[in-house]
Amino acid sequence: MLAQEMTSEVVASSGWFLEHAWLIPVIPAIAFVLIIFFGKKMPMKGSELGVLSMLSSLVFSGGAAWQWIQRVNSVVDGAHEAVVEGAHHAAPYVQPVIHEWTWWQSGGFHFGIGQHIDGLALTLLVVVAFISSLVQIYSLEYLRGDRRYTHFFAALTLFSAGMLCMVLAPNMVQLILGWEIMGLCSFMLIGHWWEEEANSRAALKAFFTVRVGDMGLLIGTAILFFSANNWTQKNLGVSGFNISGLSAWAMSGEASHSALTWGAVALFIACIGKSGQFPLHTWLPDAMAGPTPVSSLLHSSTMVVAGVFLVARLYPIFWEGMKIGDTNINFIVLIGGITIVIAALLAFVQHDIKKVLAYSTVSQLGYMMMGLGAGAWLPAVFHIFTHAFFKACLFLSAGSVSHSGSHHSFDMKKDMGGLAKKMPITATTWIISTLALAGVFPLAGFFSKDEIIDNVGHNGYNAFMIVGLTGAFLTAAYMTRATYLTFFGEARGAAAGIHHDEHDEHAVVDTHTSHDTHVAVDPHDVHTDHGPHESPKLITVPLMILAALALTAGLSNATPFGESWERFKKYVEPGSEYVMVGSEMAPEHGAEVVEISAVSMSVTSEEEVAEEGCAVVAPEAGMVCYFPTISHAPFKWSKAALSLIIVAFGLVSSWLFCVQYYTRRNKRLVGLTERNKVLRGGYTFLWNKCYLDELYEKVIVHSIAHPIAKAAYWANQNILDGIVNGAGKVSRRVAGWVYRNIDQRVVDGAVNGSGAAARGTGGALRPVQSGKVNQYGALLFSAAAIGALILVIINT
Amino acid sequence: MLTTQFLLLGAVLFCIGVYGVLARKNAVMVLMSIELILNSVNINLLAFSVRHGSVDGNTFALYVIAIAAAEVGVGLAMVLLIYRNRRTIALDDLSEMKG
Amino acid sequence: MIAADLLVAQNVGFGIISLLMIIGAVRVVTVSNVVHAALWLVIVLSGAAAQYLLLSAEFVAITQVLVYVGAVMVLFLFGTMLTRARIGAESDLNNKNWFLGIPVALLMLGVMSYVIVDGFGSERLIDNSGDMQPIPVQLISDDIFGPYLLPFWALSFVLLVAVIGAIVLARKD
Repeated sequence: MLAQEMTSEVVASSGWFLEHAWLIPVIPAIAFVLIIFFGKKMPMKGSELGVLSMLSSLVFSGGAAWQWIQRVNSVVDGAHEAVVEGAHHAAPYVQPVIHEWTWWQSGGFHFGIGQHIDGLALTLLVVVAFISSLVQIYSLEYLRGDRRYTHFFAALTLFSAGMLCMVLAPNMVQLILGWEIMGLCSFMLIGHWWEEEANSRAALKAFFTVRVGDMGLLIGTAILFFSANNWTQKNLGVSGFNISGLSAWAMSGEASHSALTWGAVALFIACIGKSGQFPLHTWLPDAMAGPTPVSSLLHSSTMVVAGVFLVARLYPIFWEGMKIGDTNINFIVLIGGITIVIAALLAFVQHDIKKVLAYSTVSQLGYMMMGLGAGAWLPAVFHIFTHAFFKACLFLSAGSVSHSGSHHSFDMKKDMGGLAKKMPITATTWIISTLALAGVFPLAGFFSKDEIIDNVGHNGYNAFMIVGLTGAFLTAAYMTRATYLTFFGEARGAAAGIHHDEHDEHAVVDTHTSHDTHVAVDPHDVHTDHGPHESPKLITVPLMILAALALTAGLSNATPFGESWERFKKYVEPGSEYVMVGSEMAPEHGAEVVEISAVSMSVTSEEEVAEEGCAVVAPEAGMVCYFPTISHAPFKWSKAALSLIIVAFGLVSSWLFCVQYYTRRNKRLVGLTERNKVLRGGYTFLWNKCYLDELYEKVIVHSIAHPIAKAAYWANQNILDGIVNGAGKVSRRVAGWVYRNIDQRVVDGAVNGSGAAARGTGGALRPVQSGKVNQYGALLFSAAAIGALILVIINT
Repeated sequence: MLTTQFLLLGAVLFCIGVYGVLARKNAVMVLMSIELILNSVNINLLAFSVRHGSVDGNTFALYVIAIAAAEVGVGLAMVLLIYRNRRTIALDDLSEMKG
Repeated sequence: MIAADLLVAQNVGFGIISLLMIIGAVRVVTVSNVVHAALWLVIVLSGAAAQYLLLSAEFVAITQVLVYVGAVMVLFLFGTMLTRARIGAESDLNNKNWFLGIPVALLMLGVMSYVIVDGFGSERLIDNSGDMQPIPVQLISDDIFGPYLLPFWALSFVLLVAVIGAIVLARKD
């Protein structure tokens, strides 16, 4: 292969918005401070500050996105002119706009803060700013009269600041900063009505479960920093925290493979926690205890995609660490696939409309992870984009139903039904979004989800293509069930105008607590008591905007219509071209001259187009890669038709079933789960959320704590009674110490309400815990000494 | 002068401090033992500062002294409070952590 | 080891001081009188200051005397007097399981000694010329207010919190 180097000067245009994109998170951060200090004295209790800051962030992000498009155009056109030979060459790499300043330093370490703007960051920036604006406008009405109205807007604004800060992070330190701010805001907003014990428990559960994963983020960052720092300092002059530095290091072929693998696994554990993937997804449905705008913004469209974003952002690390290009099964794709199916099945047995949506979110996040794990980077990122619109719309519609239709209840079986006639706008937006989610042809979900499935199969992960198709069927079916129960059939409970004060325990107590003040303050809302009606404009207008986007957003990367429609591919996916080291150090802002060296490899004998480029051939000295070469599945109508048929089958069969089951009360179907053993087993299994909570609470705690208690007891009876009394205490203290650790880590950390289980299993251990500091200290120090001893023995 | 002799002195003081923390019942005595531990750490810091020919060890020895002062202040305030509430500062009697 | 290679005076000084320190430290954790223990602690802390001088860390040694021997000891004596009316021998300063501490401490000492001797052997810390210049305070201040400014900030925050916490805890209301 003859590498022919052609260097040309390409003017990569830039612009004010691109250069000052760091302002985007700063605006809401300032607004947060202002709301906290002055919000209560403002005429609209600080909410105007939140809405204004989000709108200006949206303007800034939009401006930056526009200028990015100009920049890509200028580079791509330049590159086409430069490469005279028509040989296949990698897509041109458009330099991201990176600025980094020293934030703080300690000793020799400098920690930067700044911006890293490229297509991925801009996609997320626009989505976050846009959805945040709409949700804040919606909340003006939804939370009117709430007792912590100002604090609600403060927390929402801080969340947006954190998310935007994370999205444009140029290094892992800033990313962790934004990540943790989001976790904190999630905790505050889920527990917004903390007077209800269920809400504060859900908030704690969410916080601790995500924290379990966050340990992986810290560990993974540390692993990558210490492995990459030398290389990045030497070759790029940036620290090992730098994201583009890490990407280049991963693709350089000089990276230690075990460091890459373990770093990727640790980071992916953080993503499992944050994005509600399979073993740690249990927090997300419980997080629906928060107000509906929170569920819509944090727990469906933006915060939970942070994990997906992290994988997409550091994609070269996962690509190399998990060998995505070479295998047909890996950790990411496996977790994603399991999540899709399990969450979709769980969505069938929920009574609470928001929990259906929560499990649906988990399932869709599984699609994104599966796509990323199988090399379908672009469809996965595109699915983040489209999913944000229709899922936010679904949640806000559910909120609208509860706000005006079902008297603040979220129980589909008790308080909804037949609302389509009473709430035409909400019903329309819901149905459009449902169809988009299910992936019906011209709507947003079709273009993204179908592309994921298609590319997963194209890249050799055939088993997971089937998983994806199964998921598509299930999605269509459970969404039809939710739609039918909410908007069609006969009206039940509050939807029929019947008010029952006792909400059953499954109903998430949403505006419930604030309802008394609510009615008193808002004169427009007095007629809530006259039964279901359409929501006011502040609620319906955001719904209509989102529904319009759910209809059309897919067209921004409509693969079926040819290459000119694939705008996402052109503007968002980073090029996989080799880049000369040093070319990214163009200091001037404004229009800058960037040395782009297009390495066109003239093909020698065989026409092996895919055998070249980043990730296939390690870059030469002086060159770096920032993104692997990813092949895209060519669109075929036959494949699309297959998935469309599956989706249609899901929609129709579920609809027919619902009509028979819920309205006609067909004898053969009603009570089937009681009569058929297999079905009953499956139903019970799902109803108990696959027994995952039980697994965490009972099995793990039991299996660890119980044998230890037994062993301690046995030792006490058989050995230690004979020896000194004090020595006997020591070993029981060991059991007590281990038990305390289990208590701390598993019970507090992973599960709520496991106090009972802990008490049950710990009954025998109870007298063991002396509560005396000295004994704990003795165990601590001797454990440290023994640990050191083991290290010494290993190392000699 | 050998590196070892300073480090060994530090190790001996550290272990005596650990013994004190574990064996003593009186809270004030436990605080004193913690001071022993902190001083042994300081000896190590300064020895390594000389060994590497940098002043970083000195800097951190000063930081440790400042932290120790804060720790004693807060610790004794807690001891006073406990004494006021329970008329004893014997750690054996403080078993609120008992499960 | 050949005696001529070593700095005799400093080594003798080191030996005497460390012997005093170890005796003092053992007394601190064994005497049955709180005030006596505090006085023994003074010996250990002053001995540590002397060791710092041997290590040419003048500034740290002076700070050690000022902060520890001056302020912290006074605090300890105050604490003793405020919590115990009786100043004298007490029978039960040790807790019931005090003997647990011995094996733990010995185990740690064994591991650490092995590691230290194994790792550093007979490495010279200070060469034979013996002319060690004390570290100028300016260097330390450059270090504190240069690369290690952030820990300094954190430390001042900790001190502030400690002052507030001590006042809140000890206040009678």
